[in-house]
Amino acid sequence: MTKLAQWLWGLALLGSTWAALTMGPTLGLELPLTCREVLWPLPAYLLVTVGCFALGTVGYRVATFNDCEGAALELQTQIQEARADLARKGLRF
Amino acid sequence: MASTEASRSLPKSRRDPEGRALRQDKFSVLLPTYNERENLPLIVWLLVKSFTESVINYEIIIIDDGSPDGTREVAEQLEKIYGSDKILLRPREKKLGLGTAYIHGMKHATGNYIIIMDADLSHHPKFIPEFIRKQKEGNFDIVSGTRYRGNGGVYGWDLKRKIISRGANFITQILLRPGASDLTGSFRLYRKEVLQKLIEKCVSKGYVFQMEMIVRARQLNYTIGEVPISFVDRVYGESKLGGNEIISFLKGLLTLFATT
Ligand SMILES: Nc1nc2c(ncn2[C@@H]2O[C@H](COP(=O)(O)OP(=O)(O)O)[C@@H](O)[C@H]2O)c(=O)[nH]1
Ligand SMILES: [Mg+2]
Repeated sequence: MTKLAQWLWGLALLGSTWAALTMGPTLGLELPLTCREVLWPLPAYLLVTVGCFALGTVGYRVATFNDCEGAALELQTQIQEARADLARKGLRF
Repeated sequence: MASTEASRSLPKSRRDPEGRALRQDKFSVLLPTYNERENLPLIVWLLVKSFTESVINYEIIIIDDGSPDGTREVAEQLEKIYGSDKILLRPREKKLGLGTAYIHGMKHATGNYIIIMDADLSHHPKFIPEFIRKQKEGNFDIVSGTRYRGNGGVYGWDLKRKIISRGANFITQILLRPGASDLTGSFRLYRKEVLQKLIEKCVSKGYVFQMEMIVRARQLNYTIGEVPISFVDRVYGESKLGGNEIISFLKGLLTLFATT
């Protein structure tokens, strides 16, 4: 199964569960009113939560993305070393 | 005394405690170049340094695609300096792209492991001994460098580039769940037969190629180890991938999402 198919299956499953529960009364399935009032806007809440989670994660990872200053400095000194050594070995740059 | 006895009686094939490469292992580095005249001698020097310090058996295969800046001429000088058993020149007449450069280079590789890296100094050879140690440690089929984990990171990236990179990586992880944290990086070690199999299977070009390699690897149940690397943006020359990088990335991502 492709990743796309997996996602569609997952969404269809969630969607139909939600639909079945909110449409409960018409199907003879009786849920308390307060329950249905919570259920009805659930997908919207879920969407907002997922969005916040995504933004939060990416934001955190951007903020903690390592700046490898040390690696850059080390490379610079090694480049000088390499140049000198290669010139000694007869390389014409 | 007892412990030395015990280690002496270990089977010969057991790796040594530091996980150093076995004597018969050979590592072929594939270096595709296009206009890397300035970088090539430096990367080769760093590679030789790293391999000799860690006593690793190696060869460096340079695949130059007819660079107009004379990369090939520098490569020939390097071949003379380091010997044609260490530096192998396998040039092609014109720019035919990265994917086919790897295929071309691999045909001539004599090692049982292949290391793929960029020649622009953004991938530092000092990490190769770590890749090898990691490979031995878990007997992995692939070891991939990662900028996104542990001590990994980047140098020379502004905020915008970091956001794009992290954002793209996040979406990729969610959609593909590839089992590796850095899909677009191209600093990796492969078992030769694994790379051969993967290259046969991969259809995408350019940037997406690296992503597809990992996704196919997961499909084929190959194991992947990861080593954090620092990625230092190229100092000399310019990137050949650019312009519509984001568009082609998204296209590739969606293609993989829908087909794998
Ligand atoms: N042989 C060959 N090498 C290439 C080609 N395109 C890029 N390269 C090399 O592949 C490596 C990565 O390319 P680069 O432009 O740095 O890509 P970036 O790091 O993604 O921006 C460098 O070593 C380039 O010289 C090509 O068409 N043929
Ligand atoms: Mg580069």
